[in-house]
Amino acid sequence: MAERRGGKKADKADKADKGGAAQAARTPAVPARLAVRKTYKLYLGGAFPRSESGRSYAVTSTDGTHLANAALASRKDARDAVAAARKAFSGWSGRTAYNRGQILYRVAEVLEGRRDQFVARAASAQGLTRVRAEEVVSAAIDRWVYYAGWTDKVAQVLGGANPVSGPYYNHSAPEPTGVVVVFAPQNAPLLGLTSVVAPVIATGNTAVVVSSEAAPLAAVDLAEVLATSDLPGGVVNLLTGRVPELGPHLAAHADVNALDLTGTGEDATAFEEAAAQTLTRVLRRGPDADGGEEAWLDPDPGTSRMTPFLETKTVWHPIGV
Amino acid sequence: MPVPHTASAPEATTDRALRTFLHGLPGVDEVGARARAQDLSTRSIKTTAKAQAIDLAISMIDLTTLEGADTPGKVRSLCTKAALPDPSDRTVPGVGAVCVYPDMVPTAVEALRGTGIGVASVATAFPAGRAPLSVKIADTAAAVADGASEIDMVIDRGAFLAGDYLKVHEEIVAVKEACGDAHLKVILETGELVTYDNVRRASHLAMRAGADFIKTSTGKISPAATPPVVLVMLEAVRDHFAETGRRVGVKPAGGIRTTKDAIRNLVLVNETAGPAWLTPDLFRIGASSLLNDLLMQRTRLTTGTYPGPDYYTLD
Amino acid sequence: MIFEYAPAPESRSVVTLRESYGLFIDGEFTPAESGEHLTSLNPADETKLAQVAVAGPADVDRAVAAARRAHDTVWSRMSGAERGKYLFRIARIIQERSRELAVLESLDNGKPIKETRDVDLPLVAAHFFYYAGWADKLAHAGLGPAPRSLGVAAQVIPWNFPLLMLAWKIAPALATGNTVVLKPAETTPLTALVFAEICQEADLPPGVVNILTGEGGTGRTLVEHPDVDKVAFTGSTEVGRQIARAVAGTDKRLTLELGGKGANIVYDDAAIDQAVEGIVSGIFFNQGHVCCAGSRLLVQESIVDELMPRLKERVAKLRLGDPLDKNTDIGAINSAAQLERIRDLVDSGEAEGAERWSPACDLPENGYWFAPTIFTGVGQAHRVAREEIFGPVLSVLTFRTPEEAVGKANNTPYGLSAGVWTEKGSRMLWTAERLRAGVVWSNTFNKFDPTSPFGGYKESGYGREGGRHGLEAYVG
Repeated sequence: MAERRGGKKADKADKADKGGAAQAARTPAVPARLAVRKTYKLYLGGAFPRSESGRSYAVTSTDGTHLANAALASRKDARDAVAAARKAFSGWSGRTAYNRGQILYRVAEVLEGRRDQFVARAASAQGLTRVRAEEVVSAAIDRWVYYAGWTDKVAQVLGGANPVSGPYYNHSAPEPTGVVVVFAPQNAPLLGLTSVVAPVIATGNTAVVVSSEAAPLAAVDLAEVLATSDLPGGVVNLLTGRVPELGPHLAAHADVNALDLTGTGEDATAFEEAAAQTLTRVLRRGPDADGGEEAWLDPDPGTSRMTPFLETKTVWHPIGV
Repeated sequence: MPVPHTASAPEATTDRALRTFLHGLPGVDEVGARARAQDLSTRSIKTTAKAQAIDLAISMIDLTTLEGADTPGKVRSLCTKAALPDPSDRTVPGVGAVCVYPDMVPTAVEALRGTGIGVASVATAFPAGRAPLSVKIADTAAAVADGASEIDMVIDRGAFLAGDYLKVHEEIVAVKEACGDAHLKVILETGELVTYDNVRRASHLAMRAGADFIKTSTGKISPAATPPVVLVMLEAVRDHFAETGRRVGVKPAGGIRTTKDAIRNLVLVNETAGPAWLTPDLFRIGASSLLNDLLMQRTRLTTGTYPGPDYYTLD
Repeated sequence: MIFEYAPAPESRSVVTLRESYGLFIDGEFTPAESGEHLTSLNPADETKLAQVAVAGPADVDRAVAAARRAHDTVWSRMSGAERGKYLFRIARIIQERSRELAVLESLDNGKPIKETRDVDLPLVAAHFFYYAGWADKLAHAGLGPAPRSLGVAAQVIPWNFPLLMLAWKIAPALATGNTVVLKPAETTPLTALVFAEICQEADLPPGVVNILTGEGGTGRTLVEHPDVDKVAFTGSTEVGRQIARAVAGTDKRLTLELGGKGANIVYDDAAIDQAVEGIVSGIFFNQGHVCCAGSRLLVQESIVDELMPRLKERVAKLRLGDPLDKNTDIGAINSAAQLERIRDLVDSGEAEGAERWSPACDLPENGYWFAPTIFTGVGQAHRVAREEIFGPVLSVLTFRTPEEAVGKANNTPYGLSAGVWTEKGSRMLWTAERLRAGVVWSNTFNKFDPTSPFGGYKESGYGREGGRHGLEAYVG
């Protein structure tokens, strides 16, 4: 993100920044106070490390302004992210659905508290109008509320008792599939990201998220929200970087249970093929994949993004005295 | 009777020891037990195997009359039938025993003299068993004194259900003593015990107390000798043998009316306790109307034609 | 005395086999364009049963085109109620012809008549009845207000439950308005062809059900056909991978029901006699040719000495022989190739140091047979503990604590089934909750029902068959 100057609104700061950058080339000015810039790092196992590779890449706004350097995650970061997600899985899936709902709601609360920051980010990085940026951020906040409410309903909607022909109690219930690699949409960095990550973790999966390559900053900001919302470390692990570099390793990883291919573009088929080796579940790219934030505005996406990452377990038991 | 099972019961029989033992037995899953019995009931016993099974079943019958209206005449004619089940076919074996109330023992003993067929008598205030122990012992002693070679006693189901296992045990021990040389069959009345866990526990309790046979039912209560109950009791005698080296017999009684029922019981014996139990010494069937059905099926097998009931005696 | 059960063979006379069978395409039996055929054998005596056509690419084209036409013009346009009535009608005909189908299944597959008669056929009819009733109630299935059929379903099924797998595939597909092209297994095509006759008898519109017999190549051509909308496969994990790869990048929907290495956990408080029965039915049902077999027995170490003699005594009572004998518990291995695979894995078990045991058991001279076998002293590293044997071979492992039991049970790439035996309800639920398997049988095993969803975790595949869940794979 761009440097901010004290007391100014973010959008104004951005304008000033652009002007400032242009001026700076000619006549260096001494600022009243030098702003502290944020280093955008990965989010792995609850911590914010740099890429083990030491690499970063420049992130610009849609109009080409340099915003920040983001960590350029490597194959080994991807490996560590899967390990962190696996480690967190039994704890997260073992929590009560009520507790997961509380935490997802807490995410919404914290996000609401940082609403202005996210609106500013959406405006500066994505070039959204103020109105549109507010709409997107509101929808993202509400999406967490939506899935917070789903955590303890989805099993009732998707599962239940089966009336088998015999003296048995038979019950089917959905369970999280495990570690889900989410390739977030490339041009919907906040609402789109939220819309693909929240349903994955709502049901007890843990996630390795590959954020939008071009617009990763909102994802890192969101990771900070997650880190301060009682979400256990490792439930969401965020990689910023390049899908073509990270994707093949994640798609073929034998300890990954499912892939969401939304942000994979032309690599989708290759990843799906790689996933076949260990029968990794795959959610193919949908019509919303490249539609920008607007494509994710439907306030009621239903169970469609949860069921692909759920297994149905059926338990039988005799009924007798 | 030899009691070689002391190895498994080293401590004095106390209420606590019995409870610990019985409650420590593995549970019986009702659905699983029923499923196994049902599975075995689909065995198809045909031709030579069926002929073999029919004669075996006849030899295992405790031909029974236990009615308030029993008379010496009724008992005598039953005894005739016991010795000569099919007057037109002398190759039919005699039944295992004739089973009567204690007061009919002298009549039955007299009627069966020279046939080699023994008299079994129910005793111990059959069928409810609701009498003081002294009465039960006297009941038993009288039957034995009159010549009964087998005694079918009932356990105190009330005591069992109340958890007073020691009382049940002590009564069996006392009756066993009163039996002298007569064999003791212990009726569990499984229809009143209800659960298969109880059937298993009562079986082991009776065997520990010295039963020569464990028997399902009095015939006065329904359900009686259902296949799963017989299965669980056969498992119990099998396990008791594995533990102590002593073979205890099993007697289903009540509800076994057809050849198919009888053969299903033999299959249960064969595939649960094992072939060693396929002898009248270790397996009996308490029945009255079963015999004629076995005889009719026997005729069908030997002649190839379906018989009519008028050709078989009604006794 | 020894109570010898005399032979009690079910009569073969209910089955009338033709010399050869064509492909069932567009409501008619038709020869394969190549004229190729294969011979289906009776695995119990290696005698020839019938010749069946081998469908090639041109035949697959014809069948898919017929299915497409039937879908677009008739089947997807028909009211759900009417579709349902066809399925009810089929279910009834299956019941009426169930003995014939049971005998034929035993002949073609080698499984005991007791099982085809008492398990396979009743479940086949029940499955059609169940999905028949869904056809006009799809709006209530929780799959959206107006679920739509996908189109043409390509379905490839295995040889272990030929007709039952056909029912699992065809009934939900038809109920939801799809049409099907189904390929039965190479070694067990015959009941599917009688099912084709049943479709004719039911006046099912031509092209709604097409049956293509053939080998692996036929199946591959079918699932890769560009005009197929949905692929459903039950079979080996290896072929499942190939199919998953083949449909990558397409719009084809895919469900896979693949292999397994099910753990059957017996705790020390189990109802031991029923546990023994469950272990036996878990691995010896259908000669162990069951993807969800309880092929790994995990016994709590404290009762292993009590359990094993009971188990062996029980296994010794299994009656192996003529599949058509009503008293046969273990029939023939389905094919020479499968027998070879079982032998290979069993040899590896011995070579790797596990202790092999089988009861005294006379094997018939002709046909493919394998005696029930138990390996003890098995470690997780042994091949017999890791690889699916798909035969009457049980590997026995021990555990000390519930955590260890669950850990070992889940320590496999598969995740289809598991068993739990305990009289303690809370422990059962605790264990079931942690097992990564699609079906958990507690205090029972190998039970199936059309209302009960079935399918795997991990490399045992994805998607569910049976129940309301089974509809999901066939609607868009």
